[in-house]
Amino acid sequence: MTISVNIRKTLGALTIDAWFECGGGVTALFGKSGAGKTSIVQMLAGLMTPDNGRIAIDGTPVYDSATGLNVAPESRHVGYVFQDARLFPHMNVRRNLDYGARRNRDRAVSATGPGFDDVVDVLAIAPLLDRQPHLLSGGEKQRVALGRALLSTPRLLLMDEPLAALDAERKWEVLPFIDRIQRDFGTPIVYVSHSIEEILQIADTMVLIANGGVSAAGPVEEVLNRPDLLRAAGDGNAGSVIPVQATGLDPAYGIATLSFAGGEFRVTAPDLAVGERLRIRVRARDVSLATERPQHVSVLNVFEGTVAGVSSAYGPQVDVSVDVGGTMIWSQITRKSLDDLSLQPGAKVFAMVKAVAIDRPAGPP
Amino acid sequence: MFSLSPLELEAIQLSLKVSLWAVAISLPFGIAVAWVLARCEFPGKSLFDALIHVPLVVPPVVIGYLLLVLLGRKGAIGGWLYDSFGITVAFSWQGAAVAAAVMAFPLMVRAIRLSIEAIDTRLEQAARTLGAGPIDVFFSITLPLTGSGIVVGVILAFARALGEFGATITFVSAIPGETTTLPVALYGLAQVPGQEGSAIRLVILSIVIAFAAMFVSEVIARRVRRRISGT
Repeated sequence: MTISVNIRKTLGALTIDAWFECGGGVTALFGKSGAGKTSIVQMLAGLMTPDNGRIAIDGTPVYDSATGLNVAPESRHVGYVFQDARLFPHMNVRRNLDYGARRNRDRAVSATGPGFDDVVDVLAIAPLLDRQPHLLSGGEKQRVALGRALLSTPRLLLMDEPLAALDAERKWEVLPFIDRIQRDFGTPIVYVSHSIEEILQIADTMVLIANGGVSAAGPVEEVLNRPDLLRAAGDGNAGSVIPVQATGLDPAYGIATLSFAGGEFRVTAPDLAVGERLRIRVRARDVSLATERPQHVSVLNVFEGTVAGVSSAYGPQVDVSVDVGGTMIWSQITRKSLDDLSLQPGAKVFAMVKAVAIDRPAGPP
Repeated sequence: MFSLSPLELEAIQLSLKVSLWAVAISLPFGIAVAWVLARCEFPGKSLFDALIHVPLVVPPVVIGYLLLVLLGRKGAIGGWLYDSFGITVAFSWQGAAVAAAVMAFPLMVRAIRLSIEAIDTRLEQAARTLGAGPIDVFFSITLPLTGSGIVVGVILAFARALGEFGATITFVSAIPGETTTLPVALYGLAQVPGQEGSAIRLVILSIVIAFAAMFVSEVIARRVRRRISGT
């Protein structure tokens, strides 16, 4: 399964010029609002026509300006979950779910689409089936919208900030369902978001969109380890993402030891099990640098490494990447500190990590 | 015991027949024109819009006369209808239905158009991504969501058709048993001295029928609204 996109479109002041390819799993389109993410997925679905370019899903072109091909949205078999659920108000939940299923029944036999009962079960919407959409909560509506899109047996599922209209609590109620959809039914997902937390939880591949263009694309860990790019895309919490394994527990202090290629993190996480694999995130602004091993400090995690690079972006803050036994840890320091410590690539430094965020299990390596 | 004279019964039957036919033949066109006005942009749209509204602003007699010129046996369209199919609508109840339909058309279009404009087109987009083609979307999403507007349009048009007089009497005249609808019959009685009693009976009948129609339509409209929004 590959989706290849190479499109151009002028929309007022914004010019979209996007080129990327993604495979199965969950691909996140990340960027500031107004960067062109929604327009890109609308062009994937056929709801907007590019000025020129080419879009192919699984090798089959659905749009190609060279040949004049522009497949209608209803023939693309691309599911779309909108920010607002867009349930049909004159139909109850069951009929909403059936809408796409009925129109793709002949395909569903050959394509390996999930069955009605499976979807209802996974999304836990059985108690809602006979209700009218206006009686549902925001989270329930969005789950029904997910199910409706899924039951149309799409080759690809587009999700345009499906959680943006929900409050934090509902968000975490719906997110696991998106994760399950991907694992249980294997439908590739393109997920638009401006929330790093959501992306870390469900995405495998990440495409950074800035000013209508693609500034980076690749595996989530790789892209997230480019704080300079992430900051340009509007993320103030940029930093390093490191796969780790829990190797020890100290119940007396409630401290877990997490091993990675360059050493060990000690974090307060009493509920981890030894052997568990995780993804942790270290924000660049939570990492300070010292040229000598700091003595008598409260910070638990101090790593020795060498400066690998300094971001070239000009401003009062700079991002310094520190190579700790092959793992990059990013640190955001002031330009003044950079000069005072005369940090150059190759210099020996100690990185002090003040906080660590633990994200979902990273899955088998 | 209240009983209707043959003349009254005939007027009621004619009025209902003419009005129902007027609404029935204009409804498909009404929906189509309302959709075009709500969703399409094309050069000359405001002229088209104005043309649809002509019966609302021009004296009914003028419309009746225009219909006579166009649809009369020697008229541009009427002549062709008569020569090719032997059909005449002038001076017949069918002609009365045509006159009523033309007069009621703008009211019907207006109500349906407002209701189509109120539909969130993003619902139609969602339907497209689920595999429904444009025609499918129209019948499964647009039309059901226009339901309340269609009911209102039908009621308005029916009420207007029931009361139609000026265009009718000009186009099809007052032929007893053929085009003497309630208003036409009432006008006839009002012209004859000593018929005040019969005239009053027709007046009361007209009011009763109008109220009954409004009541029935309100019940239907409420049911349609409940089906759509659940409120």
